[in-house]
Amino acid sequence: MYPASFKVFVPKSLDEALELLAKYGEEAKVLAGGHSLIPLMRLRLVKPKYVIYIGKIPGLSYIREEGGVIRIGAMTTHNEIEESQLLKEKNPLLSETASHIGDLQVRNMGTIGGSLAHADPAADYPAALTALEADVVLKSAKGERVLKVSDFIQGPYLTDLRPDELLVEVRVPVLSGAFGTSYKKLYFRAGDFAIVGVAALVELSPEGSFKRVRVALTGVGEKPVRARGVEEELEGKEASEEAIAKAAERAKEGLNPPSDIRASSEYRREMSVVLTRRALIEALRRARERLKSQ
Amino acid sequence: MEGEGLEVVEVSMKVNGKPVKAKVPARMLLVHFLRDVLGLTGTHVGCDTSNCGACTVIMNGKAVKSCTVFAFMADGAEILTIEGLAQNGKLHPIQEAFWENHGLQCGFCTPGMIMTLYDFLNRNPEPTEEEVRRAIEGNLCRCTGYVNIVRSALAAAEKMRAVGRWVKGGA
Ligand SMILES: Cc1cc2nc3c(=O)[nH]c(=O)nc-3n(C[C@H](O)[C@H](O)[C@H](O)COP(=O)(O)OP(=O)(O)OC[C@H]3O[C@@H](n4cnc5c(N)ncnc54)[C@H](O)[C@@H]3O)c2cc1C
Ligand code: FES
Ligand code: FES
Repeated sequence: MYPASFKVFVPKSLDEALELLAKYGEEAKVLAGGHSLIPLMRLRLVKPKYVIYIGKIPGLSYIREEGGVIRIGAMTTHNEIEESQLLKEKNPLLSETASHIGDLQVRNMGTIGGSLAHADPAADYPAALTALEADVVLKSAKGERVLKVSDFIQGPYLTDLRPDELLVEVRVPVLSGAFGTSYKKLYFRAGDFAIVGVAALVELSPEGSFKRVRVALTGVGEKPVRARGVEEELEGKEASEEAIAKAAERAKEGLNPPSDIRASSEYRREMSVVLTRRALIEALRRARERLKSQ
Repeated sequence: MEGEGLEVVEVSMKVNGKPVKAKVPARMLLVHFLRDVLGLTGTHVGCDTSNCGACTVIMNGKAVKSCTVFAFMADGAEILTIEGLAQNGKLHPIQEAFWENHGLQCGFCTPGMIMTLYDFLNRNPEPTEEEVRRAIEGNLCRCTGYVNIVRSALAAAEKMRAVGRWVKGGA
């Protein structure tokens, strides 16, 4: 089906885009890869008066390391993130997560900036970016703001993005030491959104105990949640799969996931525990391999 | 930049090696541009929800669902559709492999399957069966049960390795 008519701007520079947003922001939709916006426009659930297409602005698509941080341009596609050698080495959690999004064609077009700005409560990146305590960079004609992803995403399809702002960059840390990561996604049909998704990061001390543990879940609430109970329970303890199995029970603490046609709330709660355990065990195995090779 | 935004956009792109130029409504999807304006009806529309992959074409070397791309987004791009795959009257190895391995029944999903595999096999010339199955996650087939499609893909990979990498982008 055709979307409703709209007027399009195709800015050729960031400044031009920010000017357009300052002028038309309230009535305009930014268009990036289009893989959330165009389906909504085709169903006429969204009928913007103006569309500002940011795909022709040079310099919004990059993955580069600078001072212990990996900067990812908003227009970088899921596929580029999945295949990035830099990320595979220094922050494999993000490339692994990207590889679970949708299907090949979706990953070829969809962008990290679009996924975050869209803030689908079952999207995959938010779990990884919450576990990584990542930052997003927002720009307007007036200036720049840097926010934690966990503050940026406020609820289902709701973010702190202002009408005149563009999301321009995502920043994730370079991981070092004896770390291991894993993303586990539960879904029933190929290409589906997560019923539950769990991102885990484990860092071991030289003696092999849990130095740092980060766990975040997607699909189980209004926005991604950190499983702080699980993290607290494990940090400082001697690393073992038994300890993980026990701590993973706490992943469901305080969760009140939605029920829908794909899964009930109770099922999502139970699966949060199962996937947390699996993600942590895999992260631990990978951290141990790294510890051995160091 | 245009004062009030454009409701009609002038686009130029290369489709199957030929330069094309046209004025299109901003809301026109690439799939409709290919089918209704250029008459290239080999690219199909199978759903309204971006799920089926029947509309898959190659844009700048990558498989995309042309029902989820506005025509203006393809301005300046190189597009390859199923019609551009055969060269000098000879089928592309992927097409041959589908033919030889009964990779289709009704054929509705076939152009999309083949274009997705074109991207995938160019990137991964020696795939496992599992990798092939993962590559076509975004392409639905209501007839075959996928078994012969996967078989065709693996046979195509072998053919492509034998002839060396097929020239990208069509001509
Ligand atoms: C079949 C299918 C399956 C999918 N499966 C999954 C899945 O399993 N997991 C998953 O996480 N996602 C999935 N997605 C969604 C996909 O990842 C989208 O690509 C992503 O959510 C949006 O990115 P985009 O670049 O396409 O954004 P667009 O659709 O262009 O934009 C989305 C929204 O964000 C805004 N926006 C975009 N970029 C910016 C920016 N830089 N600054 C400010 N605002 C911006 C737009 O105005 C719009 O409101 C799927 C999509 C499809 C079609
Ligand atoms: S027509 Fe179904 S995905 Fe494009
Ligand atoms: S052959 Fe009929 S849909 Fe695939």
